[in-house]
Amino acid sequence: MSAYRKALLDPVFNNNPIGLQMLGICSALAVTTKLETAVVMSLSVIFVTACASFAVSVIRNHMPSSIRILAQMAIIASLVILADQFLKAFVYDVSKQLSVFVGLIITNCIVLGRTEGFALKNPPLLSFIDGIGNGLGYSVVLIIVATIRELFGSGRLFGITVFKLTTDGGWYPANGLMLLAPSAFILIGLFIWAVRTWKPEQVED
Amino acid sequence: MSQDSTAKTVGVATGICLFCSLFVSVAAVKLKPLQVANQKLDKVKNILQVANLADTVGKSEYMALYKERILPVLVELSSGEKVTEFDEVLDPNNFDIQAVSNMPDYSRALDAETDIAGIRRQPLHMIVYQLLNNNSVEKLILPIYGKGLWSTLYGFLAIEKDLKTVSGITFYQHGETPGLGGEVDNPNWKGGWQGKRAFDDAGGVIIQVIKGKVIPGSPDADHQIDGLSGATLTTRGVDNLVQFWLGENGYGPYLKQLREAR
Repeated sequence: MSAYRKALLDPVFNNNPIGLQMLGICSALAVTTKLETAVVMSLSVIFVTACASFAVSVIRNHMPSSIRILAQMAIIASLVILADQFLKAFVYDVSKQLSVFVGLIITNCIVLGRTEGFALKNPPLLSFIDGIGNGLGYSVVLIIVATIRELFGSGRLFGITVFKLTTDGGWYPANGLMLLAPSAFILIGLFIWAVRTWKPEQVED
Repeated sequence: MSQDSTAKTVGVATGICLFCSLFVSVAAVKLKPLQVANQKLDKVKNILQVANLADTVGKSEYMALYKERILPVLVELSSGEKVTEFDEVLDPNNFDIQAVSNMPDYSRALDAETDIAGIRRQPLHMIVYQLLNNNSVEKLILPIYGKGLWSTLYGFLAIEKDLKTVSGITFYQHGETPGLGGEVDNPNWKGGWQGKRAFDDAGGVIIQVIKGKVIPGSPDADHQIDGLSGATLTTRGVDNLVQFWLGENGYGPYLKQLREAR
């Protein structure tokens, strides 16, 4: 039990893939201007990391080391295409906004990082849970960043107006910086700072 | 057999590839009809939106309303003539601007001087959507597209039956910065187009998207549109693409014919 629990919860705060391992930052900048896209992206990443870790773990004892990375990439790429096809079929509007970024989950270092670093050495169920955990760790950061960016950048959450903008006759002047990529860097930086203040053992020398 | 023998490596690789390709192709084939339906519905929704009809019915009735009120017409741009005989590529029901503009037989390259919209190649034909009301044309819905800051914006411009007044604009596909150039989706900004004069009495294009706000009451206010604040290049792109598509290289000849015909 505790091993599963650890695999699931550790990556959320103690060993966050974005916060501590600094993986997957590229897409965290791109899809976080709106909460809706961030949530769909998070779910896709959780699906891909979990299933990829599971699949790699199932065949880990038969994996020839010379083509290890290629085989993992083939599995990951197939899962990403699968996720992309499903989004296009069932949530077309969101998939239009996510455009290339779903495809780019393939290059998200978290996925290959977990299959290579964990799934190859651990049994399928544990790897599956580890995949979910790391996906969740990624999601937490994504959703925190997206909430702040959408709220202060366009005064909305999930597209519903929270602060009425001056351009619509309200009182809140939108903060344009929040909608540009650099703001995500700043927010992720602040997130890392906050987590490391809370858990000083994460600070590197 | 050892873990790293050539036979084993090839075997595992083949197995993984077969398995993965099976998965991917089944998903792609099974989901294709849903995806195509989504794309069509999305386009229909945008046509209805620019015609101000989308709010009158629920999402499930879009298709029926479209079939009832909208008539797609194929137009040859250079002559402005309606074309009634067409092959599969030009079929108004499947017409795909992006695909057609890449086919050498169905499109032409634009030189730098005429290509103010930044589209490089332009189809020889376009589909014009007529909004019908008891068999008379109430509005014309013109597909428009051109380069903004980051992306090509695809959209529709609706013109009233007087062939001078703008009735609405919408963009259904673009990749402009959300909150800045992406405000082309803002209903307030789009609303600012309604009732503006696109053409003068001689048929010249006078509509303009300006930098900054239109001064109310100024003599130019009836054909000027507010620029998007913080998005100079998107604003310029929208202005250019509207000028292009309403002008001589766009729907100019077609609109001229319609004006002369009455």
